[in-house]
Amino acid sequence: MTMAVAEAQTNKGFIDVRDLGVTFGANDNKVVAVENVSLNVQPGEFVSLIGPSGCGKSTLLSIVAGFVKPTLGEAKLDGKAITKPGSDRGVVFQQYSLFPWLSVRKNVEFGLKMAGVDQSKRNTTARALLDLAGLLSFENHYPDQLSGGMKQRIGIVRALATSPQVLLMDEPFGALDTQTRVVMQEILTNIWQQFKISVLFITHDIEESIFLSDRIYVMTARPGRIKAEIKVPLPRPRRAEMTDTPEFMNLVQELKGLIREESLAAMAPEIKDRGLSGFGMKVGPKGVGEIF
Amino acid sequence: MGSMASAKIVALPMVDKHSDPEPAVAAVKPVAVEVSAAETATSANAPIAASEFPVPEPEVVPRVSLTQVLRNLLAKVTRDRIITAALACISIGALFLFWYLGTKYRFEFYIRFKNVPTPYEVYQQLTQVGLSNKYLFNIAISVRRILMGFFIAMAIGVPLGLAIGKYQRVRDLFMPVVEVLRPIPAIAWVPMSIMLWPNNEASIVYITFIGAFFPILLNTIHGVHSLDGVLIRAARCLGASEFRLFLNVILPGSLPHIFTGLAVGMGVAWVSLIAAEMISGQFGVGYFTWEAYSLVDYPAIVLGMITIGFLGLACSGIIRMVGSLLMPWLAFAPGGKR
Ligand SMILES: Nc1ncnc2c1ncn2[C@@H]1O[C@H](COP(=O)(O)OP(=O)(O)O)[C@@H](O)[C@H]1O
Ligand SMILES: [Mg+2]
Repeated sequence: MTMAVAEAQTNKGFIDVRDLGVTFGANDNKVVAVENVSLNVQPGEFVSLIGPSGCGKSTLLSIVAGFVKPTLGEAKLDGKAITKPGSDRGVVFQQYSLFPWLSVRKNVEFGLKMAGVDQSKRNTTARALLDLAGLLSFENHYPDQLSGGMKQRIGIVRALATSPQVLLMDEPFGALDTQTRVVMQEILTNIWQQFKISVLFITHDIEESIFLSDRIYVMTARPGRIKAEIKVPLPRPRRAEMTDTPEFMNLVQELKGLIREESLAAMAPEIKDRGLSGFGMKVGPKGVGEIF
Repeated sequence: MGSMASAKIVALPMVDKHSDPEPAVAAVKPVAVEVSAAETATSANAPIAASEFPVPEPEVVPRVSLTQVLRNLLAKVTRDRIITAALACISIGALFLFWYLGTKYRFEFYIRFKNVPTPYEVYQQLTQVGLSNKYLFNIAISVRRILMGFFIAMAIGVPLGLAIGKYQRVRDLFMPVVEVLRPIPAIAWVPMSIMLWPNNEASIVYITFIGAFFPILLNTIHGVHSLDGVLIRAARCLGASEFRLFLNVILPGSLPHIFTGLAVGMGVAWVSLIAAEMISGQFGVGYFTWEAYSLVDYPAIVLGMITIGFLGLACSGIIRMVGSLLMPWLAFAPGGKR
């Protein structure tokens, strides 16, 4: 029954972001959110973007989603410049974004309804997707009757209903407890493998990014730039047990090192007075640097 | 209440699951199996969620077993209801007692019960006049005026409110006028309205409209503004065009506030209508009441008042009923009405 939904899209969904810069506000309260960012997501690839909070991850995703226009540079999907939101890009938000006035199934049908698909086809597709998410028996419930993890699963399949080429996810599991989160990650990898679409996944959780991704971009503190690009050579399918392997641990250590510097830099103005020496950092005229 | 009760029913397997002392990662698989087994067991008549790969089911959500919930609901609500009903009787009874005693002993201490009719006189009035054509005709006229004024206010107020709430430029254009006209009470429009409109009927409907319009408009605007922006973004990237966004997101999302506006608007519409009928009217319950005063027919005054009260109550009751029919999801909203 999932065949109706999972149409393999082998060479579509190529995200290409070039020399992107975003500045909010003007004059005195100007905020450079993102500066000189270039990144790409190959068709069918799972790419994570990780960085301290406030570094412009959401801004970057909003540009690819089409909500925000870049000040400099451009973002392209399959060679076409992104100018506005569209159903070729599914988006899953950190906040629960199900329509509270629609039943679970109507939520999943929403994109298809907007596309003018007729009722019976919508119904079939939505039910197949809900089945995939393990929530078919909740199709007539309202979102407010569900737990956070269930809402996010529905958010994911709702975004997949219009068969987008890419899925953009902004810390989708950020609000969930650890236990639920781990399960959600497994569900997501399963769904991703079935749909074979490109994913740009934003997180600030190191283990999560490694567990899910083929490739990880690490961003600097604001203004956000790409600090490093790391390949994850772990085999697929990923399993929960893999988090205990030395390869996984090494990647965690490597990323931790990269992130820590940035988190400290992001907080520097707040903790400068209390001294950064305890963190193995020093504060110079150009910000924070490492002593060792 | 219902969901709390049903949460209790399935609370047991959840306790088992969370008190599992195993380390988190290792615990994932076994937990998933246990939970989905428990779920299928409890959902005997629900379609079983069979997927092609095992989808772990991390949460147990209260499954609604209808009979069980109803029984719990009944057990709780009846006791609640008895107390509620008893208190209602006491408060209404006290009001009647005060009225009865006041009129019986012709109470005179600053407030004067000298001319106030007794409950029995009013009851007699109801049985005599209550079914007369004149009385019913007055009611029909008032209801017609209310419906016209109210529906015109709704037909203009809701779309305009949605547009003002959504578009900055529409707001810039209309809000100055709204802010200037809004503080003028509908009753203050009476003389102007008589001058403005060609006949008496139109001017009274206009005053009713003015009363209903501003609460509806302002609450609709507020509804749009309090709509979570992420819902609009979600709709946009699901391919919603501007028009569909209005119809499928902004309108239903603002509906709770719109209904607040409708309820308040209906109340103000009645106030305005009665005042207008008393001042400039021919016909209508306001006119009926005022005429009774002029004719020194005291029981009819009270009958008029009670009639107005009932009509107002019926109108707001209908609005509330339509509201809960149109917005069934509110029953589950956090901090919801039920
Ligand atoms: N619409 C906006 N107007 C002004 N500043 C903004 C806006 N959106 C984001 N910012 C600023 O840009 C920076 C990056 O924000 P964001 O992309 O949300 O970070 P992240 O998602 O990495 O936590 C923050 O400092 C934030 O305050
Ligand atoms: Mg963010």
